[in-house]
Amino acid sequence: MIAPAGTAGEGPAGPADRSLEAKLRRAERRRSLKAFLLVAPLLLFIVVVFAGPILSLLYFSVDDPKLAEVLPRTAQTVAAWDGAELPGEDAYATLVEEIRSAYADRTVAAAAMRLNYEISGFRSMVMRTGRKLRRIAGPPYKDALIGLDERWGDIAYWRAVKASAGPYTTRYLLAAVDLQRQWDGSIGTAPPERTIYIEYLQRTFWISFWVLACCIAIGYPMAFLIATSGKRWSRFLLVLVLLPFWTSLLVRTAAWVVLLQNKGIINDFLLYGDIIDEPLTLIFNRTGVYIAMVHILLPFMVLPLYAVMRNIPASQMRAAASLGAKPLASFLSVYLPQTLPGLGAGCILVFILALGFYITPALIGGASDQMLSYLIAEFATRTGNWGMASAIAILLLLSVAALYPIYRGLVRGGSFRLT
Amino acid sequence: MKAIGRSFKPLFAAAAALGMLSGAAEARDFTIASWGGTYQEAQRDVYFTPFSQESGTAFLEDVYLGGWAQFQAMQDTGQIPWDVVQVETSELVRGCEEGVFVQLDWSRLLPREDMLPDAVTDCGVGNLVWSVVIAYNADTISKAPASLADFWDTKTWPGKRGMRKGPKLNLEYALLADGVAPADIYKVLNTPEGVDRAFAKLDEVKPLVQWWEAGAQAPEWLAAGDVELSVAYNGRITNAQKEGKNLQMIWDGTVYAIDSWAIIEGAPNQDAAYAFVKFVTDPGRQAAFTKAYAYGPTHKEGVAMVDPERAKSLPAGDNLATGLFGGSQEAIDFWVDYQEELTERWNRWVAQN
Repeated sequence: MIAPAGTAGEGPAGPADRSLEAKLRRAERRRSLKAFLLVAPLLLFIVVVFAGPILSLLYFSVDDPKLAEVLPRTAQTVAAWDGAELPGEDAYATLVEEIRSAYADRTVAAAAMRLNYEISGFRSMVMRTGRKLRRIAGPPYKDALIGLDERWGDIAYWRAVKASAGPYTTRYLLAAVDLQRQWDGSIGTAPPERTIYIEYLQRTFWISFWVLACCIAIGYPMAFLIATSGKRWSRFLLVLVLLPFWTSLLVRTAAWVVLLQNKGIINDFLLYGDIIDEPLTLIFNRTGVYIAMVHILLPFMVLPLYAVMRNIPASQMRAAASLGAKPLASFLSVYLPQTLPGLGAGCILVFILALGFYITPALIGGASDQMLSYLIAEFATRTGNWGMASAIAILLLLSVAALYPIYRGLVRGGSFRLT
Repeated sequence: MKAIGRSFKPLFAAAAALGMLSGAAEARDFTIASWGGTYQEAQRDVYFTPFSQESGTAFLEDVYLGGWAQFQAMQDTGQIPWDVVQVETSELVRGCEEGVFVQLDWSRLLPREDMLPDAVTDCGVGNLVWSVVIAYNADTISKAPASLADFWDTKTWPGKRGMRKGPKLNLEYALLADGVAPADIYKVLNTPEGVDRAFAKLDEVKPLVQWWEAGAQAPEWLAAGDVELSVAYNGRITNAQKEGKNLQMIWDGTVYAIDSWAIIEGAPNQDAAYAFVKFVTDPGRQAAFTKAYAYGPTHKEGVAMVDPERAKSLPAGDNLATGLFGGSQEAIDFWVDYQEELTERWNRWVAQN
């Protein structure tokens, strides 16, 4: 934007030109500074509440400082050890000394917890070792430690120590996709009874997909009705869509519990009307989750669709009919293409929001209807394993990011854009 | 959207930084954290308010949600919002090992031998005994069950069963029902074959199980007829009886545990905290609390002071004869060690048909 001034400077310019140029440049600078200051709060907001948490999420999923903090020299020793055979007396001596002092300072538990992620049972083994260490008076430490607990003579435990030496690890990220790193550095699959994460991811996508399909099936005709009916009717219908939209998600979920339960309103009504003999099982299963999630996400489909449908003149369909098109043909070739941008926006909103659902499946679903967010909550709140919670969150985030190109494809050429 | 919201840690850090800027380091009132709800209201009436009046200590309350997240936040930010907290034994042991709780100076409290032996630990003073029982709706059930084994008898009781979501407790129940003696439960569970055996036993009732997450759901489901038999917290069943519902429980194979008060390391009101813990361990007050909530006292004299009629519905005395103590060191060690691995396995198991 300052290019013209630059070319003027190259020519045989007089002092007047130069001062004009300087003035111009100053004005430009002032303007861009002003513009920057205007958007600065927004920028700060985005950095603090969006970029910051995502970066810290990435960081926590690979950060692995605990063992090196608590048992620094042991961490160094095992990092240099090749892992082929049991380490020598030196490593045992260092370990005994460091566990002894860390146990006295009450810091050893954090390292023991970290080791437990590698082999369940390692935590109590370290704590028990800490309690019994006063029985070991002097060298040889190797025999003495193995005498306290023979597992110290099992190389698998030493390899676990090596894997925890930090400062960074890929174990959480690998575990989130059912993989694990072997002691020799190669990557293999996790033991079968621990491979649940890919299954949860598939289930999350599966549930979101069906919720989306139902939202399209119900939302499209609904938006069409709102957009094409008379003013008073359309306003009334729009309020019906917006009213639940403005109600808290938790309140609506709780309301669905009341409606769907075995002695709930729906079952009472159906029984009373002799439509069914036995109450239908509508809650604590997939059916209930679909019903509640579709209801909660429907406005996100209806509103973007309504926004584009409102601007499609009714005369176009009449024109198509007058030119000989059958209703279906005119819908497919005239109406539908014009609603695609709204449909694309609705789909992406519904699908992405559905992927992150937590409270609705937790309250309405059974044990086999939980989605990825459930596991994140489990790790973050119950066991305090931030590494695993962050890694699963990243898995969810990446699957959302992978949808972006699809979204771009859907709305390409359309006039309505989300971004 | 929620995935991002789950990353509390930087938020805590940011909140802590803001707190420091606004000079929040100044002393705050003595703060008590407990389990919230009607339970904390009962505690307020019997313990908190009388303590405040007698000692002249103003107090604030907060709610502890269970699990480790809130202690993790304290470790990460160095901000200590509470002075005392009531915790389950698994968090008590972990918090003691990781230095979150103060190692108690028992000379400032009371003689250790005045308490039930299981209620005395390095960092915590046991305050109450709670338990999990098999409950049923006496108005609608065909025949009252008599033992834990009946929970597995799907011929006599073909209806649905309520059980707590997650592996903890259910693995123990399965082995108890399979004939393992309470004293051997964790020895058996510590072997891979033992865990397989427990899951195999759970397979027998799995098609009938409806899993509950909140303690309030079990009595609701029983009253509504959604389930025929259910695992439930004994206090919840007693409360439902108070509301006029004819729910009954059996004590055979009950699993009981102790909740303790712990003092937070680095909290500013240590003296008040000691005075508080001593106050709530008074036997008379503990006996009075059993009237408000059906949990057993931990002070030996408190146990003796309970009205005999009331004692029948408390996790105390004979009711615990065939029970399993889920707060023992070996139980805690087992669950802190295997919680994640078994939760993964349980999540996988429960989704398979």
